[in-house]
Amino acid sequence: MADPAKKVVLDPLVNNNPITLQVLGICSALAVTSSLGVALIMCLALTSVTAFSNLFISMIRNQIPNSIRIIAQMAIIASLVIVVDQILKAYAYEVSKQLSVFVGLIITNCIVMGRAEAFAMKEAPGASFLDGIGNGLGYSIILIAVGVVRELFGSGSLMGIEIMPLVSNGGWYQPMGLMLLPPSAFFIIGLLIWAQRTWKKDQVEDREYQIHQVHRAEVL
Amino acid sequence: MNKDSTLYTILAAAVLCLVCSVVVSTAAVKLRPLQEANKVEDKKRNILQVVGLLQEGQSVEEAFKQVEARVVNIRSGEYDSSVDPVSYEQRDAASDPAQSIALDKAEDIAAIGAQAKLASVYLVRNDDGSLKYVILPVHGYGLWSTLYGFLALEGDGNTVVGLSFYDHAETPGLGGEVDNPRWKAQWPGKIAYTEAGEAGLALVKSGADPKHHVDALGGATLTSNGVTNLLKFWLGDMGFRPYLQRVQAGQG
Repeated sequence: MADPAKKVVLDPLVNNNPITLQVLGICSALAVTSSLGVALIMCLALTSVTAFSNLFISMIRNQIPNSIRIIAQMAIIASLVIVVDQILKAYAYEVSKQLSVFVGLIITNCIVMGRAEAFAMKEAPGASFLDGIGNGLGYSIILIAVGVVRELFGSGSLMGIEIMPLVSNGGWYQPMGLMLLPPSAFFIIGLLIWAQRTWKKDQVEDREYQIHQVHRAEVL
Repeated sequence: MNKDSTLYTILAAAVLCLVCSVVVSTAAVKLRPLQEANKVEDKKRNILQVVGLLQEGQSVEEAFKQVEARVVNIRSGEYDSSVDPVSYEQRDAASDPAQSIALDKAEDIAAIGAQAKLASVYLVRNDDGSLKYVILPVHGYGLWSTLYGFLALEGDGNTVVGLSFYDHAETPGLGGEVDNPRWKAQWPGKIAYTEAGEAGLALVKSGADPKHHVDALGGATLTSNGVTNLLKFWLGDMGFRPYLQRVQAGQG
């Protein structure tokens, strides 16, 4: 693989991760990560939509009139999402029932729109396709991490296979109910961002304000 | 042609829309038969599972041959042969004003708004033709969502064989525990009607009457109330009582 292409794919995994650095696509990351299996299908759906929308948008980027470029991107993304949704309903019915509206909501996922506007409108189709894959994988890494933590501690299982037998099934593990609720994904993503910024100091943003000591005289 | 002219913009938009709509409609039309088949199979699987008729390694289609689908007039309790019971969709009928009865607030304890005039029932017969199981579709509002499920009774129209929900969006781990096999295992053997003829099934916190009551779901009072209400509704006069009385009288 050529060097620039490698960079396009690998950069979004950690250095420029769409969730932990750009903080995009949080909505679906909260909604579909209560079990790992569902999260994996969502990752697959989002990665393919991002890759192909980038590809098609890049192919016609010189033909898209500037004044309607956002809505033109939306039309392409929406069509792809509907196709993915139809395919899931036909070939993975059980999973599509669990994902319900969240496949449809890929249309409004900021990652897809963001890559279309920021990358595919300027770059060649091949590079755009790889960029879509890279960003999809960056999203997937976080979703899988969150999904593993939530399913393991919330239901004591992974991919539906029991790892820690639950008290309610005669085992010893008392599940953390919070893990099954969407707010827990916020905490986990927050902790991930913290960990990542501790590791890569250059991602820490400059302060927008300065806390300084207030002297007693100033208060009075 | 000037890329920023109005004419070009309109043309480009039209072409793009045309291409997108062709792609979307092709996918929808090509995949429709598969999706329909999935839906039908999913429903059949749920019907079989509530009475435990689906054996390992057996196809749903094969196992479903034991089940007889019928359609019942919900008010009179009589069988209705004006529609094809296999293709009849009670859920669609309930949202069609021509095929449904609107419910007013006082009688609508399951919070479903309207019910279909005709209801599907699924029967399993013994070899001698007598009724073994009666499987009734039930639905009602829980906390977040409408729960759709099946209540299975024995041929006497009174003893519960099982209750299971196939479509709901209750909180996983709390109300979602309606799917927990250990909770569902409480249902077999319960008696649907009290001696006074009232719908007796209910989810209660403690002091349960072992004949009619099962434990409520921990941490899910509203889902539990919803399940109790939908059982009361569908076993009541507005629900399957007229039909079940015929079953109890041996006219199933």
